Amino acid sequence: MMRRVLSTTAALAVAALLIGAAPASAQEGHGGPIPGRVNWSFAGTFGRFDTAQLQRGFQVYKEVCSACHSMKLVSFRNLAQEGGPHFSAAQVKALAATYQVKDGPNDSGEMFDRPGRPADTFPPPFPNDQAAAAANGGKAPPDFSVIAKARTFSRGSLYFLTDWLPLIGYSEQGPDYIHALLNGYEEAPKDFSVPDGGHYNKYYPGHIIAMPPPITDGQVSYAKGDDGQPVVPETVDQYGKDVAAFLMWSAEPHMMDRKALGFRVILFLIILSGLLYYVKKKVWADVGGEVHGLQPELHKTF
Amino acid sequence: MSGTASTYVPKSRVAKWFEARLPIAGLVHSSFIAYPVPRNLNYFWTFGAILAAFLGIQIITGVWLAMHYEPSATGAFNSVEKIMRDVNYGWLLRYAHANGASMFFIAVYVHMFRALYYGSYKAPREVLYILGVVIYLLMMATAFLGYTLPWGQMSFWGATVITNILAAIPVVGDTIQTLLWGGYSVGNPTVNRFFSLHYLLPWMIAGVVVLHVWALHVTGQNNPAGIPIKSGKDAVPFTPYATVKDVFATCVFMILFSWFLFYQPNYLGHADNYIAANPAVTPAHIVPEWYFLPFYAILRAVPSKLGGVILMFSAVIILAFAPWLDWSRIRSCNYRPIYRQFFWVFIGATLLLGWLGSQPPEGGYVLAAQICTAYYFAHFLIVMPLCGLFETPKALPASILESVTGPGKQVSGSGIPAGAAAAPTTKG
Repeated sequence: MMRRVLSTTAALAVAALLIGAAPASAQEGHGGPIPGRVNWSFAGTFGRFDTAQLQRGFQVYKEVCSACHSMKLVSFRNLAQEGGPHFSAAQVKALAATYQVKDGPNDSGEMFDRPGRPADTFPPPFPNDQAAAAANGGKAPPDFSVIAKARTFSRGSLYFLTDWLPLIGYSEQGPDYIHALLNGYEEAPKDFSVPDGGHYNKYYPGHIIAMPPPITDGQVSYAKGDDGQPVVPETVDQYGKDVAAFLMWSAEPHMMDRKALGFRVILFLIILSGLLYYVKKKVWADVGGEVHGLQPELHKTF
Repeated sequence: MSGTASTYVPKSRVAKWFEARLPIAGLVHSSFIAYPVPRNLNYFWTFGAILAAFLGIQIITGVWLAMHYEPSATGAFNSVEKIMRDVNYGWLLRYAHANGASMFFIAVYVHMFRALYYGSYKAPREVLYILGVVIYLLMMATAFLGYTLPWGQMSFWGATVITNILAAIPVVGDTIQTLLWGGYSVGNPTVNRFFSLHYLLPWMIAGVVVLHVWALHVTGQNNPAGIPIKSGKDAVPFTPYATVKDVFATCVFMILFSWFLFYQPNYLGHADNYIAANPAVTPAHIVPEWYFLPFYAILRAVPSKLGGVILMFSAVIILAFAPWLDWSRIRSCNYRPIYRQFFWVFIGATLLLGWLGSQPPEGGYVLAAQICTAYYFAHFLIVMPLCGLFETPKALPASILESVTGPGKQVSGSGIPAGAAAAPTTKG
């Protein structure tokens, strides 16, 4: 009787879930295809940023994105950090000096412009959010400081079970989405109407994005190698990878420190746990050993 | 605190002088050294120590973060990013605090599972157990307040949803809401007072933890057999036996914590919270932190707002009534063949509610949440009393020692003197 009650309850719950899954998957269909996974150098336990890639990504940001997108939380000096683009101090100083920064008030109470210094944050392209919105069809382009952590996508409602695990885990949704979005512009399907000022992008939620395709093949000239050829292809695919990696760094500038410290901490804890286990075993041996498990009477060690 | 206080004998003259004036060394000795521990405790009994460790971690990292945090609607988001970027090891402090909260809840859910499975809520431990429910409620309030402080989109909209829930309370709801907001909408005064309350509540938790430990040391610990300590051979002294086991288990748990802290620091959060709060833009899905999801699913399973709020709060409050809803004389589920099966269905329904809480409230998800909600409450209101009446329990072992050695066998070395060991159980 009891088993019947239990199994009926379980069956009802499962049936309700299946009914629920149908509209839900249709809902997810509006999100379009799932961004592909890029083989990032910074993914995984031993992941490291590729300095050359971050420098190229910064070049893309500076020459293309920064026309509309601010990066208010990042300072010029950050570009010289280890574990980042790692430009030389002199390069950063020269770079900062090419910007005009509003400062003041001075002794006579006037605001004034001066050349940038490494301690300054990137000057935004618009004086305020309202000006940014007015110049961009009513909506301000988002700030890029932490955008790689502020964007994600769902691959399905059960991936949370494995995404946190070592080796098979996945935490690079943000840069994958940015790379996919830059490569996601295409002709809208025939039955899909795109309003004026909108653009069709297969990876953007809802597919209508205000930003026109921001970059084209060959638009940014990368530094040439010894043979006079670019080291990497000058394509939207490569620009997308480079700028997404740069934005991941700007969102998480201490990622390499974090992973390096984490490896040492976890290694220490594993060794300490092993030692403590044998200390505990030795201590408990004095009283005839120890029991464990949900039902200790089934799991005796003595 | 219990009958074992007299076993502490101060040796030096200074210790004797101090003990005659404030017997705190004797108190610590009786609670953490001589305290008799049932010898059959499994690893579920190490989570009390793990929780204590996390309360410490949260308070230490929290105090340090507060030195750099700016509780204002305009400054909160940027000050948190400043901590992440410019404060020395600020990223470590913040990720430890954010993931420490999640680990705290993982540990408390294991601790609560232990209490419910082994019947630790039954006489004589009702007050001990209810103090635990109070700590859990305080933890939920603290965690909610803390999640609003970075003032990202999910902070802002989570605060909006939860404070709107409180407005559904009849008569006083609007007043409570205005008081929490500090105005007529979620705004700058809200961050300010939420920060103040977030700093206050952990000290209240620490206070109730002291009462919780005090009550524990009066009644003694429950154990997997659910039978009291009857002789010295049933128990071992807390130090070194339980101490070394607690330290080992805490160290292993720290590996899990470190994994999230260093390699998956944002897995347990929401990407939307890295977008600064914007009252003009609502996120597509407003979802609470994972540890609130079962209650969020219950809230949304009810079509009426007030009804949902009542059921959600009832789902927590009903835990406090477990000592009187369970009519079985037997504590441990190991000896309750019928109730044990219902119990696992209850655990399954609660986990399913958690998953449903993360899904959009539409179609079959709502129906499934309603069925699980019904089972959640039926477990307390119907299954618990009736199983106690109709179930035939399995035979209990004669003693804790026998439960681990089998009848008639002897093990070398008895734990502690019989008188000391039997003392805690005389109250029951």
